[in-house]
Amino acid sequence: MKIPILRLGKILLSSIQVDLTDADAMQFQNDLVNKIAEMEALGIVIDITSLEVVDSFMARVINDTAGMARLLGAEVVICGVQPYVAMTLVEMGRDLIGVDCTFNLDQGLEIIKERIGMRGDATMIEGEG
Amino acid sequence: MTTQPTNASERMPILDASDIVRARGVARQVAGRIGFGLADQTRLATAVSELARNVVQYGDDGFCEIADLSDANEMRLGILVEDHGAGIDNIDKAMKDGYSTGGGLGAGLPGTRRLMDEFAIESEPGLTRVSIALVRKRS
Ligand SMILES: Nc1ncnc2c1ncn2[C@@H]1O[C@H](COP(=O)(O)OP(=O)(O)OP(=O)(O)O)[C@@H](O)[C@H]1O
Ligand SMILES: [Mg+2]
Repeated sequence: MKIPILRLGKILLSSIQVDLTDADAMQFQNDLVNKIAEMEALGIVIDITSLEVVDSFMARVINDTAGMARLLGAEVVICGVQPYVAMTLVEMGRDLIGVDCTFNLDQGLEIIKERIGMRGDATMIEGEG
Repeated sequence: MTTQPTNASERMPILDASDIVRARGVARQVAGRIGFGLADQTRLATAVSELARNVVQYGDDGFCEIADLSDANEMRLGILVEDHGAGIDNIDKAMKDGYSTGGGLGAGLPGTRRLMDEFAIESEPGLTRVSIALVRKRS
C-alpha cells in the first residue's frame, strides 16, 4: 500500500484514503520525509478525512512525522480529522496529537501558505510541480 | 422486540499487524449492526486497535472475541482480548499515562479504560486478558 504524495510548488499534499496497517504508516512516514528532503518542501498538508480510527500508535506516527518535517524546515498541518476521531482522541488523553489541525484541505493550504509567507525565507512557486 | 442473552460472538486470532486492522474493522461493524452510534463505533474500534496492537507488540499468540450481549433493555458489546505471551510485569504502572516499555506514548491501556464503560485487566506470565464493554440503554 503506497500513499500518493502530490507536489504543489514547494508544498506537499497527501491524503490518506484507507485504513493503514502499522507498516503502511511507517512507510508513509519514510516516503514523506524523503520527499521533503528531496524537493526541499516548505510545507506539508496531510489530509486524514478517511481515517476512521486514530489510535495512540497512529497519533505517534503523525507527531513524529511532523517533528521530522520541522527539523527539515517544513511546516505541517493535518486536516480533516473526523469529529468522532477527535472526540475519541480527547477522551483517551490530553495532547495525543501535537500538530496543528484544520477542518478541511482548503484551510490547511491557507494556513501553510500563510506560515511560509511569514517566514519570508523563500519564494513560493505556485502551480503544479 | 425479543433478544437472546448472547446474540452472537466472533473470535479472531491476533498474530500479526494485519490482524489489528481486521479486528478493529469487525468491532466497528458489529457495533454498527447492534445499533451503536458512530461515536461509540469509533470508541470501540479504537479500543480494539489499542489492545490488539499490544498483543502484537508485547504479547504472543492472542485472540480477540467480540460478543453481542445486548438484551431488551440495553445494547452491550463485550470484548475480550487475550494473549499467551510474557505478560505485564506491573499492571499498576502499565495503566499509567505515559508509561511504555516500547517507546510508545503509553496511552493505549489508560486511554482504552477511559473510552469504555467497563474495563478489567489481569496478567501473569503466559496469560494476559483484557475485557472491555460498552453499554447503552435502549431509548
Ligand atoms: N499484552 C501485553 N503483554 C505484555 N505486556 C503488555 C501488554 N499490553 C501492554 N503491556 C505493557 O504495558 C505497557 C503499557 O501499554 P500501553 O498500551 O498503555 O502503552 P504502549 O503500548 O507502550 O504505548 P501506546 O499504546 O501508546 O502506543 C506496555 O509498554 C507494555 O510494557
Ligand atoms: Mg499500546
